[in-house]
Amino acid sequence: MTWQPVIGLEIHVQLRTGRKLFCGDRAVFGEEPNTNVCPVCLGLPGALPTLDRDAARLALRTALALDCAVHETSVWARKNYFYPDLPKGYQITQLDRPLATGGRVVFDGEGGETAVRIRRIHMEEDAGKSIHDRVQGATAIDLNRAGTPLVEIVTEPDLQGPGDVRAFLTTLKRILEYVDVSDCNMEEGSLRADANVSIRREGARTLGTKTEIKNVNSFSGIEKALGLEIERQMATVRAGGEVRSETLLWDDHREMLRPMRSKEESHDYRYFPDPDLPPLVVGAPEIEATRASLPELPRARAARFRDEYGLSEYDASVLTQSSPGADYFEAVARAVGDAKAAANWVMGPAQALMNERRESIDVFAVAPSSLAEIVVLVGDGTISDGVGKDVLRMVAEQGGSPRRIVAERGLAQVRDSESIAAWVSAVIDDFPDEVDRYRGGEARLLGFLVGQVMRRSEGRADPRRVNDALRSRLDG
Amino acid sequence: MTISALRAAVESVREAEAGPNGLNAFLALADPDTDSGRGAEGGSAQAGEDGDGGRVLAGVTVALKDNLATLDLPTTCGSRLLEGYRSPFEATVVRRVREAGALIVGKTNLDEFAMGSSTENSAYGPTLNPHDRTRVPGGSSGGSAAAVAAGYVRMALGSDTGGSVRQPAALCGVVGIKPTYGRVSRYGLVAFASSLDQVGTFGRTVQDAAKLLEVVAGHDPRDATSVVAPVPGLTAALRRDPEGVVVGIPDEFFPETLDSAIRVATDRAVSALRDAGCEVRSVSLPHSHLAIPCYYVLAPAEASSNLARYDGVRYGLRARGRDIVEMYERTRHHFGPEVKRRIIIGTYALSAGYHDQYYGAAQKARALIAGDFRRVFAGGVDVLFTPATPGPAFPIGERVDDPLSMYLSDVFTVTANLAGVPGMSVPIGKVRGLPVGGQILAPWWHEERMVALAALLERGLVGVDT
Repeated sequence: MTWQPVIGLEIHVQLRTGRKLFCGDRAVFGEEPNTNVCPVCLGLPGALPTLDRDAARLALRTALALDCAVHETSVWARKNYFYPDLPKGYQITQLDRPLATGGRVVFDGEGGETAVRIRRIHMEEDAGKSIHDRVQGATAIDLNRAGTPLVEIVTEPDLQGPGDVRAFLTTLKRILEYVDVSDCNMEEGSLRADANVSIRREGARTLGTKTEIKNVNSFSGIEKALGLEIERQMATVRAGGEVRSETLLWDDHREMLRPMRSKEESHDYRYFPDPDLPPLVVGAPEIEATRASLPELPRARAARFRDEYGLSEYDASVLTQSSPGADYFEAVARAVGDAKAAANWVMGPAQALMNERRESIDVFAVAPSSLAEIVVLVGDGTISDGVGKDVLRMVAEQGGSPRRIVAERGLAQVRDSESIAAWVSAVIDDFPDEVDRYRGGEARLLGFLVGQVMRRSEGRADPRRVNDALRSRLDG
Repeated sequence: MTISALRAAVESVREAEAGPNGLNAFLALADPDTDSGRGAEGGSAQAGEDGDGGRVLAGVTVALKDNLATLDLPTTCGSRLLEGYRSPFEATVVRRVREAGALIVGKTNLDEFAMGSSTENSAYGPTLNPHDRTRVPGGSSGGSAAAVAAGYVRMALGSDTGGSVRQPAALCGVVGIKPTYGRVSRYGLVAFASSLDQVGTFGRTVQDAAKLLEVVAGHDPRDATSVVAPVPGLTAALRRDPEGVVVGIPDEFFPETLDSAIRVATDRAVSALRDAGCEVRSVSLPHSHLAIPCYYVLAPAEASSNLARYDGVRYGLRARGRDIVEMYERTRHHFGPEVKRRIIIGTYALSAGYHDQYYGAAQKARALIAGDFRRVFAGGVDVLFTPATPGPAFPIGERVDDPLSMYLSDVFTVTANLAGVPGMSVPIGKVRGLPVGGQILAPWWHEERMVALAALLERGLVGVDT
């Protein structure tokens, strides 16, 4: 009997406003504990929240990028629970009336193109952090994160395995980066995913009892955690047992799941509308203006790259990994007029140089116009492929225009038959043995002789012409 | 010169409070040596020179209810949990009073976290009524009302969630105004029930209470529920001609059981209004009987959430415990019985399975109550007139063990908070030597109408005794 996993995700994404949601304090990762705080995010008596509208704008972009229906009025609610890093004793979130519902994300899953439905997207504030290893015998509280703006994205249970989850999250992350709402850094906690997982017989309509996996902080972690949990559920059921509804915490160091104590999960959050905040109102004009301002999303862009530039599926996918990367490619392709050559140069030598220099494409030292110049020079035979790569490096290291570098250093290929014939004659004279052996049938020695001519020309000779000249002399 | 004015004010209060007729009205008095630098003094010299409108409270003594955050003085809310707590920021209303040149004399006593109607729920002992020291001053702003009534200060700020300004004003024989919800910033007012709380003003005269309200009213970007709307000229409305003003008398506020002396006093006030040219009309607010049950679900529900922050983790009292849960329990054990009662009621009203039955039903009742006001005011009524309280000041200790009878002392005031409309209490005479207050309610954003009517009553009824 085959069992089918069913997985839904709850993803928390930090919005990159750089400010807290309700007090405007700095919200930056990794600063000294309790330095980015004020009466509001400390929950001091008498302090009141006021909404940072920029966070709402980013949440709106998120909702539209995930194809959701945005509600013109959404309502803030208090989620009440006691925890030392929750300063007010409640979290401000949205419950009954979230910002958006009913979205859809398409990604390439294990079974091909797959759609995940988005149930809802709402805004909320983050809690602080409890630090258990900083003060001996006590828990330290850092409230720098308290009040950081989040969107929570809740999917329908449309994912069918750990591999799907990873592929979906990769796609989601790419979309969020495209629309520039979050830096999506899982290690710094700016993208966190909890998973609900159950199993059912293949073809069954009803869902099995689910468990919830929390505390995962990497894509590989979530893949591993889900793999283990699905195996555990299957083993339980095969042994005649039943899956119990529970919350499991992922331990990243030991790579195992442990059940949360029942005390930790028996919360009654006593939600009610927050009387301190009027509903968030996003008018239709703002929704439409935001929709119009969204960039082309990765999937659409990859499709266009295939259609417009004739790129392969693979190339189109690689070149649309990031929005600045795709912009870079397009700038090069338009300037060169040969998209395939542009794609090869961006993915090949340019990418290799970026890796070497540890630069991302948005800060890469070689401007798209410079790379385009190099591609054109190689394309029309002015310089060789190898010299092109050297020029690329020179531009990165010293700056300057490729055309001028080629001219000033005399790097242009020599193509006139007289010069080439002279170098060829010299090489034939210098290597009589090799010439004989070549003529005797050792065809591979042609490469050696071409190399010697190139060397003599200090790399400037057009290798194709050298090749032709040598053959006509030796074969003729 | 003004430094000595503050010193004189503080010293005279200190002396009076230490004497045989002390009222326990203050929880803290200003230190004229250290608190003077904060602004009141700095500008009052200018005010002395030109007496300009920018410093409208120059030299005026003002007391602040101790649930308003202040920089110089502790902010305890009458609670053990905030004993000695000092706020690193000040309430917007406090800043405005200070910048208007007032002399801030001190912080006044209150029921713990403003929960109560007698000031007996203060962790620092009850305040006594200056008219009869065996009786309560009302609450929860009892310290502010008593301080004004006793002449300790000329004006005071309080807060009114269900009647906490109007009821003590009535019981102490002073004027108390609760403005429209959203008229005054709540930033720095320690929250009890956020959708009902509003800062209010006390004065011995309508003019004083109105003047103080003019100073503190107006939009504050730090309070998302404060409204961007022009503040009507209140002191300018004091001499408004009452001819043709339609005064509604809601039947529901004059029940059979009403104290007969209160009825006599209110009847006389109504006659005075009629004689002055007002058109008096009988009206109905049919859902008023829902107000007390509705209020005692919603206010505790919000309070249970607002008071969660007093957990001992960051500030205020922290009791020791073996683990975090025990620390919470032992810390929060120091709330007084009324605060605990409301936290329990509120937690229950919001809990799964009871939420719709209590919180949900109360929200519906609230909408019906607000609808009553809307209908009456849309029907051509300019203001409403009612008794402020069902009876005069009651003896200390009489109701402390009977929460329901205590809750019913707010029966005439809570509707205004639930609907958000402005209301005020104005003295309309005395019963057996104790003050009686009449309540005037106006449509949203029309405080000037009730101030005008209150001034009329003040002119006609001062000194009347039953």
